[in-house]
Parts: sequence; structure tokens; C-alpha cells
Amino acid sequence: MLSRVANSIYWMNRYIERAENVARFIRVNLNLTLDMPSENGNQWEPLVKITGDRAFFEERNLAYTKEEVVRFLTFDRDYPNSIFSCVAAARENARSIREIISSDMWEHMNNFYLELKDAGSSVFARTDPHRFFENIQMRSLLFASLLDGTMSHGEEWNFAKVGMLIERADKTTRILDVKYFMLLPRADLVNTPYDNIQWMAVLKSASALEMFRRRQYRITPQNVADFLIFDSRFPRSIRHCISNAQVCLHRITGSSSGSAHNDAEKRLGRLVADLEYIDIDEVIEGGLHEYLDGLQTRINLVDDAIGEAFFNLKPLTGTTLAEQ
Amino acid sequence: MVTFKNYDTGGFYDELIDENGHPRPGAQLLVDKIESLPEGDLTMRQKAAESLLLKMGITFNVYGREEGTEKIWPFDIIPRIVSRGDWQQIENGLKQRIFALNAFIGDIYNDKKILKDKIIPEELILTCRAYRKECEGFTPPRGVWCHVVGTDLVRDADGRFYVLEDNLRCPSGVSYVLENRQLLKRTFPQVFEASRVKPVDDYSARLLEMLQYMAPDHVRSPVIGVLTPGIYNSAYFEHSFLSQQIGVDLVEGRDLVVSDGFVHMLTTKGLKRVDVLYRRIDDDFIDPEVFRPDSMLGVKGLMDVYRRGRIAMANAPGTGIADDKVIYAYLPKIIKYYTGEAPILNNVPTYICQDEKDRAHVLANLDKLVVKAANESGGYGMLIGPHASKEEREAFAKKIAAEPRNYMAQPTISLSRVPTVVGDRIEGRHVDLRPFVLYGKEIYVQSGGLTRVALPKGSLVVNSSQGGGSKDTWVV
Repeated sequence: MLSRVANSIYWMNRYIERAENVARFIRVNLNLTLDMPSENGNQWEPLVKITGDRAFFEERNLAYTKEEVVRFLTFDRDYPNSIFSCVAAARENARSIREIISSDMWEHMNNFYLELKDAGSSVFARTDPHRFFENIQMRSLLFASLLDGTMSHGEEWNFAKVGMLIERADKTTRILDVKYFMLLPRADLVNTPYDNIQWMAVLKSASALEMFRRRQYRITPQNVADFLIFDSRFPRSIRHCISNAQVCLHRITGSSSGSAHNDAEKRLGRLVADLEYIDIDEVIEGGLHEYLDGLQTRINLVDDAIGEAFFNLKPLTGTTLAEQ
Repeated sequence: MVTFKNYDTGGFYDELIDENGHPRPGAQLLVDKIESLPEGDLTMRQKAAESLLLKMGITFNVYGREEGTEKIWPFDIIPRIVSRGDWQQIENGLKQRIFALNAFIGDIYNDKKILKDKIIPEELILTCRAYRKECEGFTPPRGVWCHVVGTDLVRDADGRFYVLEDNLRCPSGVSYVLENRQLLKRTFPQVFEASRVKPVDDYSARLLEMLQYMAPDHVRSPVIGVLTPGIYNSAYFEHSFLSQQIGVDLVEGRDLVVSDGFVHMLTTKGLKRVDVLYRRIDDDFIDPEVFRPDSMLGVKGLMDVYRRGRIAMANAPGTGIADDKVIYAYLPKIIKYYTGEAPILNNVPTYICQDEKDRAHVLANLDKLVVKAANESGGYGMLIGPHASKEEREAFAKKIAAEPRNYMAQPTISLSRVPTVVGDRIEGRHVDLRPFVLYGKEIYVQSGGLTRVALPKGSLVVNSSQGGGSKDTWVV
């Protein structure tokens, strides 16, 4: 398949996954603020921190109020990672490959974008935020399901999956990192109801609460981190995302899982092995933040290597492809 | 309830209703159906069709505006109906015309017999902006230059069809023919079935067949690509649609590279050779080494590979010579010269501003004529005399005097009309017709074509950039 097409399909899915994650973060936080006394510190700053774009937010002289943070993360057209920008970018990518994807996928994506672009959507977000963000999540999930259900599971589909899984792994590292950092030092909250509520919120932010419970874990910081990083079956755990991304990548290149054709496979393979052979005690001992930070860097390097191996083919004439 | 009882044909030829207010043959079923619809139903069907278009993302981009001005091309649900008899004449006429045009292009770039026989003044060709020196002495695969042609026809008050212009470079619109048909089948299913409308859907298969037929001899199963300028091009939807229909890759210039004497696509598994390109980029932009050096859309070295016969291109570079609006005036002679026959489809009478006598006539009658620039399309560079202000006419007169070679003029044709949904009523609106022709092993004319309609009351300009819409065309 064309490199440009592979690039577009990869990013289309990353953007949709990103939009869904942001919507989920906002929704969980809206719920959380209902349970938490308002004098209890700032609830909205961490949300911006999770995105990794705090500098962008502060440069624009915005305040960490519910209204401004929600508007920024949802509708800001100049901010490339707002829900609106993500959906618009996903749709732009879809438009450039609509002959590759199914018409169900295209029409759904197009509709998703048109709805969000409509002036009524910001009113909807203000008057009924829970339903609004749930809608965004459902639209995103429906798209992922259309991908699985209406498109052949060939090379294109595998690129789509890799994009989605890489994005998901990245988002899970971020939410855990920010929340862990914030919650752990609050000795005054330990073993109070608020402590539990906060950790439940962390799990909810990764849609993980019920599945976590089924493992009959007690809600402790260590257990939460263990589950979100290392659980082998939960679809949003980092390990699960990374090892599935590896499977998809091997399907693309046709190499067996023990070997590596290119840098992307090598890096991904090493990451998978590390996630399999390290446990949470070792991680905590070395510092969770340092570990998560390292994971993020390595995930970014995988992303770079995928670009090098498949999207930015450099022919002898030196023609280069535009990057997303 | 919508009725045709008070429908006013306004003294124009109406495609559905005759001068006595009766439906024309073939239109009876449709008229009955529309009149039987409950109050508001027609408007509702019209709205349903429009929202479907938006949802399906069948849009075009308007040039010269901010990004994000994707618009749906207005679509009117009342079809235009063409009788089988009329259609037969159109089809025969187009086959004859396209055959002659193709022969003409080949002759111009090779033996130049038609110039030597003084049928056409040589200087007219050499001053044509679309003339490509690079094509001299070249013969494309199978001798075909104009693989895809869209010829614009109009019907005058006398009820006869005339050719308004030929489009031999990258004619667009066929995707709308195919999509409009899908929409109309949903809008009037019973009438459609009972009217026994000739199908249009075989176009895609014919297009693919033609492209495969053009492949270089050394290739068994050719790799074909549709070359597009990208998503900001006004016809992007069509490029993407067609490549999907025929199941080939849609490529941009940046996806292609010349290496080892062949054209290749950049794929996730390395380079992959391309054998045939259905290119939807103008000559000027396809190869910055040969044509415009500032082109970002093309492929460096493409022309060289092409001239060596290692890749086929549809349409061939250089075809623009045949849709020059001044050359058009010579079409009756061209047809006679290459086929020995009289033209089946007539031209609109044309005055060539290069010719002294014609020019004097044009300048004296600017208020009655339509003046067109030889090398423009899309309704740009055009003066509609009767609708222009005095200042506009004077400004145009200066342009003509300064550059006579670049202009031609025609009498205003009273374009025929078709009933069109306007709010909750029906009014006549002017239309033209662009049938699509493929030149492969044989010449194929799609049964129907694109009916473009000028939506503003009284308007004669059907171009999408200037308030035009489209209709389905039924050959019954």
C-alpha cells in the first residue's frame, strides 16, 4: 500500500483514540468534582497536565477553571489536541483515503465532524456535558467498531490498529503518571473516603474500574498502577496495547514474532520483553514516575521508527513526504 | 399539491413539458407521479436528497476561499428526460466528433496534413497556448490521445442540440452522474423502474477496461493509478470516487518517483512500478522538469518515461489543442477532413476574433453575443453580452482588440429548460448536458451524462462555481 495512505490511516486512528481519551478524562473529572468538596484544591489543572500541553495552555493566559479548561480541551481550534481538532484531523485524513476505508466508516466520521462543527454543539456541551462527552466517546468507539466490522483485516487495518494502540498506551502512561504524582503525597487524604474516590476516578479514566474489581484487588495505589501497566488482558493496560501493537506490526511485515525486520519491530520487541519481565515492586522501587517517563519516551521512539520504516520512504531522488 | 397546470415554459424549449402544456413522450409517468404527491412531499424528498449528499460528503471545494468551504453541489431531484431518438443522434454525433478530434491531434503533432492542405491556418495552431512542442513526433499507445472526453451540448429554442464546447483535458462530473443516479433511484423508485431508464453504471467498468487496454506492451497485468492534485482540488471527490469504483490506488505527485527509467509508487514495502496513470492534473503541472518548474503536484521525469513508452497516460499530454475555443470553430471542417462525413451534431455558429470581418461584427454586436476566452474553462473569462453592463462590455472590447487570437464569440442561445424545485413550487431553469465519452478499443458514450442547471432565476451560467447545480439525466 502507499506510504502516504498508511500514514493517513495510522494517524486517523490515533486522532480518534485521542479524542475519545480526552472526552473520557473530562467526563470522569466532571463526575469527580461532584463528589469532592470544592475547597479541595484545583480539580482541573491535572487534566491539562495529562495532555502534556500545559505550556500551550498557559501561554494563552487561560485560567484553570472548569469552563476554560473544558472549552480549551474540547473546542479550541488552535489547539491541535482539542477534541475538535482531533476529529477534524481524523476526518481530513479519512477524506484523503476514503477510497481505502469503508463508506460506513467515512460517513460516520464525516457526520461526527459535521455535528461537532455545528454551532449547537458548544451549547450542548454546556447544558448537558455528561451526555455530550458520552456522545463523543460513543462516536469514537463506534468508529473503532466500524473499522473492525467493515474493513478487511489486511495491511491497512493493521496500520490503523497500531496507531490506535500506540496512542492508547501513551494516554494510559500519562493519566497514571499525573494522578500518581498528585495523589501520593497527599498524606492527609490517605485512607479517607476521598482517597478511594480519587483512585477510583483514576481507574474510571481508563475505563478500568469494573475490570479491576473483577480481579478482586483492593484499591491501593500500587494495585492500580500494577493493573494499568501490567495486566495482560485489560485492553487499555500498557502491556496489552504494546504487545498487540507488536502483533499487528509483525502481520504487516510478515516476519515472525521472534525476529525483527526494522527498527520499529526491534524497539517494540524490546519494550514488550521489558513489560513482561519486570514487576510493579521493582518499578516502585526505582520510582514510578521515572519508569512511566521512560515508557513515554520509548513509545515515542517506536512511533518515530514506524514513520522511518513505512511512511517516509526516501527514494534516491530525495523526495520527502510531509509529516502529520 | 404540486401541479404542472400553471407551469410556464416562458417561451423556451422545455425538456419535460411541450408548448401546449402536455408532458413530452417519456415524461408522462414522472409528471403524474409528481402531481400525485401529497402537499409538501416533493420539498421533503428534495431536502432528504440534499442532506444525504452532505452526509456522504459528496462535496466540492470552492477556489479562492478559506479552507473549510467544502460545499455540496446543489442537486435537483426532477430529472431531465431525453428520448431514445434524440439520444441516438447525440451518441452517433459524439462518436463521429471524438474520432475526428483524436485523428486531428495525432495529425497536428505528426504529419500536419490538415495544415498543409490549408484547412486550418497554421499560425492558429502555433499560437495556441495548449500546443505542446514536447509531443511533436510522438504517438501515444494505441494511437489514442483523448481517452476521456466530456462534450457540452445545449438545446436551442428550435429544439435542436448544438455542441457548445469539447473538454479533452481533464473533464470532470462523471462521479455526479453516477451518484445522482443512486439518489434518484431512491427518490422515485417506481417511476424509475417503469420508465425503463438506460443504465449509467457501466461507466466504471468501461473506464477500467480502457485504462488496461492502454498499458505498455511489456506488461501483463498493469498497475494503474489515478493521479490527483490532492484533497484541496475542487474535483477531489471525483478522483477518490473513481479510483474506488475501479479499484486502483489514488496517488498524488508526492507518492510517485522516477527511478531506473520507470515510474514507481512509494509503498510501505518499497517501490512499486506504475504502468498506467489516469491523471487528473493539467499538462502544465505533471512534470516540473518539462512544464511548469514551480509545480508541486507533478512527478519529475514523468514525461521522459512516458515518451519512452514505459508508462501510459490518460489523457495524453497535448490534447488541449483540440478544445481550444478558436479551434472549435473549425470543427465542422475537421470532421469532414478526417471522416469524409458531414457533422451529425452542429456547432453553435462562431465568430473568430482573429478574423478581421468576424471581429468587426463581434465588436459591433457585443450586447447580443457571448464572448469566451480561447483557453479558459469553468465559466471564467467570459462575457455574456445581453446581461453585461456597458462598462463591462467596453472593458471586454479592449481585451479583444489587444489579443484577438484569444477570443471567440457566439450568439446567445436560449438554453432549454427543465422544471426545477424552487421552494415549494416548480419553475423552469436553464440546463446544458455533458455526456461522457471513453476512447479505448472502441468509442463508448455513457447513456445519459451530466445535466447542469443554472439555479438562479433567468441565469444561463451552469458552472458549479457560479450558482449551478445538477440533475439526473434519463435516457428513456
